[in-house]
This record gives sequence, structure tokens and C-alpha cells, in this order.
Amino acid sequence: MKPVPEPTRRLPLSMTVNGRPIELMVDARKLLADVLREDLGLTGTHIGCEQGVCGACTVLVDGRPVRSCIMLGVQADGCDVTTVEGITPREGLNPMQQAFKDHHGLQCGFCTPGFLMTLAGVTPQEFPDEESIRELLSGNLCRCTGYEGIVVAVMAAWGRDR
Amino acid sequence: MGWRGDERGRKCGSRVRNPDDVSVKPPPFKYARPESLDEVLRILSEYNGEARVLAGGQSLIPLLNFRLARPQVLVDIALVRELRQLEVERGVLRVGAAVTQNTVERSSDVARLCPLLTKALPFVGHVQNRVRGTVVGSIAHADPAAEMPAVALALQATMVARSAAGVRKIPADQFFLGPFTTALKPDEMLVEVRFPTSRKTRAAVTEVAPRSGDFAVAGVAGKLVTTRAGKARDVALALFGVGGSPQRLHDVEARLAGQRITGDLLDQVAALASHNARADSEDVHADAGYRAHVSGVLVRRAVEEMTR
Ligand code: FES
Ligand code: FES
Repeated sequence: MKPVPEPTRRLPLSMTVNGRPIELMVDARKLLADVLREDLGLTGTHIGCEQGVCGACTVLVDGRPVRSCIMLGVQADGCDVTTVEGITPREGLNPMQQAFKDHHGLQCGFCTPGFLMTLAGVTPQEFPDEESIRELLSGNLCRCTGYEGIVVAVMAAWGRDR
Repeated sequence: MGWRGDERGRKCGSRVRNPDDVSVKPPPFKYARPESLDEVLRILSEYNGEARVLAGGQSLIPLLNFRLARPQVLVDIALVRELRQLEVERGVLRVGAAVTQNTVERSSDVARLCPLLTKALPFVGHVQNRVRGTVVGSIAHADPAAEMPAVALALQATMVARSAAGVRKIPADQFFLGPFTTALKPDEMLVEVRFPTSRKTRAAVTEVAPRSGDFAVAGVAGKLVTTRAGKARDVALALFGVGGSPQRLHDVEARLAGQRITGDLLDQVAALASHNARADSEDVHADAGYRAHVSGVLVRRAVEEMTR
């Protein structure tokens, strides 16, 4: 992260996105979610509420899940950002994505990238039982599934009996 | 709240063709990311009242997205080393303004020496918020429904405010003046909060919220010590979500001090807490009467948990 000693409206942003180094000029007020979607064309990051409530915009910043609609692009300077595109294999699906598909963890799919990124940013051991998994998932809203299929998918992907 | 769109006239739902023609939500501001606290304070004093400190942004950026806040300048403190301290010094836990909630939540020193903080942090938003949000930022923001201000009040934390002109130490009970309003001056920032520590203290946080991670309809942050003889001492209880600022329940604390905790006593303190709660928050989730009632229930649960 580079210092910016004097207040400025537009500034350079350099970060790594899905393993690729990125350099661009951005408006200071541009949200990270919009930098990813508009400047980088990574539209897998969805924007639901734009106020930090729904979790659809969750991405990883330095490996931890954050809400990209309440983070400025410039706050990611020098950071390593991962979006849902970055956890998707070239062919097919990763095990969590496959579990969502197998267990009806999605219907319209709008919320799915956010759930997947939250799950990608945590260590399963920290969430030993169904209750703690539900607590973890409470930061992501889904209007379709009623969450049941999502919980079943996570339990299956993490090798838990239910 | 009037929606004006941004000044480039992007219409809702229209396609963005030119990537420079950005669909920004926050109002225009200038951004700085200095490396030293002195530079931060200089900018705050230069723009007297028109510059805001940006730490985790978990409250400030939603306000910008809604355009409820229109600062001229945001000063990001991410690079300021001196604001990153999290240490125990002579019995006092010092938390710097740039320390994230997640860092504090995971600290074993904090769990041992300041358990009320550790108990309260899982209630603050969701993990995605705590990864970026700071303890000090939440206190400075002074949301009436937030946990951190109540923890600061219950523990009688000391707020360390700095401006280009100097340092002020403000006790927690003089810091919270109303909803989103603190004793900080426009050119001051909260650089550190000092929490007293104790190895013997038991702590509890109880709250009622529509969903896990939502702001509380009502909540209690409490601590006490149980003596060998099984009596309560050093009791502190603070309500949040009930009125415009966190509130200490001094009468309830006095009623518990020196007592063995019995069912009868719990009934009495629950009634007293409901009676004394200054409930003036009302929203779609609960009216003031419910908030006052549930304050008593939550006090009872907190004391039970701490003396179990
Ligand atoms: S779009 Fe970011 S949390 Fe809803
Ligand atoms: S699948 Fe439609 S919102 Fe979750």
C-alpha cells in the first residue's frame, strides 16, 4: 500500500486480482465492487443492497471475506483480491460449487457468489457444527432457497453428517 | 433522503458505456492516506470539520453510499503504524484506532484480561464486517444500538482524543452525548481507547436482535466479580439499543453489590432495570415499552450467566 500524503480525487490503484497484477487510475470514491465489475469486467461479484447488509458482493481481500460494496477500491491498494471467478476452475466447478449444485443450494443464483466467497475465506475447523455454520452464513442473504439447501451443501462439502 | 444521482447524470438502469463514466455512489471527496498520525491530524485541522477519518469504513461508507455524509476529505489511517497497537501496559489494554475487531476478537490476551470485549465482538455485524471494522471506530461512531460503546461505558474505558492542538483524555461516561454524537471536536480523532483489565472479572453480553448480526433492539453488556463467599462485587451493567446512547444502570449495580445472587434478587433487579431504562428508541422492530421490558429480562440473563 502506497502513501497518499495530500488529499486527491483520483489516484493510482495497484492490486492483485485473482492472481493477476492490476494497475489503474480510479476515482477515490469508487467502490471496490464497482472497480471489479466495471473496470475489470468481473461481474461475478454481485451488488444487492449497496449498504453492507446482504453479502452478495463478498470477495476476499488478503484471504479474508469482506463486503466490497462498503470498501473503496483505493482501500485495496497493495492487496490481494479474489473474486468468484478466481475460485472457479477453468473446467467444471470447485467442490463447494458442485455441492451447491448437487444439494439445491441455489435457485436464482444471485446470492451464490457471495456465499461461495464467504465460505472460501474461512477455515472449516472454526465452524464445527451446523449451528456455527448457520451463524457464519447469517451474513449473506438469500431470497430464494430458505437456506436449507445451502446449509446441506456446506455440510456435504465439508464432509459433515447431518 | 433525496436521491439526486451523481453529477454526471447517470440514470438508474442505464448502461455504462465508457468505463470512465463511472457509476459512483458516494458523493465526491478527496482521499488521503498519510503514514503518520501528525499528517492525519494536520489534514483534520486544515479542513476543520469537513474531513472524516476512514478506518474500516463499515459505518462511514454506507453513509456515503446513502449520501447522508458528504465530507470534503477522507483520511485513511490504514498506513499509520502508531494507531495499530494492541497491548496491555500496567493493567490497561490499549487499543489503537486502526486495530480491527477481528484482531481483538482473536487475541488470547484480550480474552484473559478483558473478557467483556471478547464476548461482545461476535455480536458486532458479521465476520465480513469485523475483518475490516475497528473497535475504536465503532466507539467513535456512537451508534445507539452498537455493542462497543456499551462495553466502553461498562468498563469505564478512557478515550484518548488527539488533534493538532494536543491530547485529551475523556472518560467513557462523558463521551457519548446522544445518537451518533460524542464529545469529540470536529478536528479531533479518537486515537486510542484504554480498557481497564482484570483477571477475575466475569463478563456477559445478552441481546435481542431480529437476526444474528443485526443491530440490537436491546442489549446488555455487563461484568462483575464473584467473591470467595459467593457475593457479587465490581458490578457494571450498560444497556444499548434502548435509548439514544448507552446507559449505565447504577441503581441495579448497587442493588447487586455485596449480595449473593438469588432468584428473588434477580426478579428484583430485572424489575428495577425495566423501570430505570431510559427507553426512547422506537422503530419497526419494537416500541419503547418493549425495549424497557426486555432490558430487565436481558439484565437478568446477563447476571445469571456471570454468576452461574
Ligand atoms: S451489495 Fe454489498 S452487502 Fe449487499
Ligand atoms: S438463490 Fe436467489 S437469492 Fe439466493
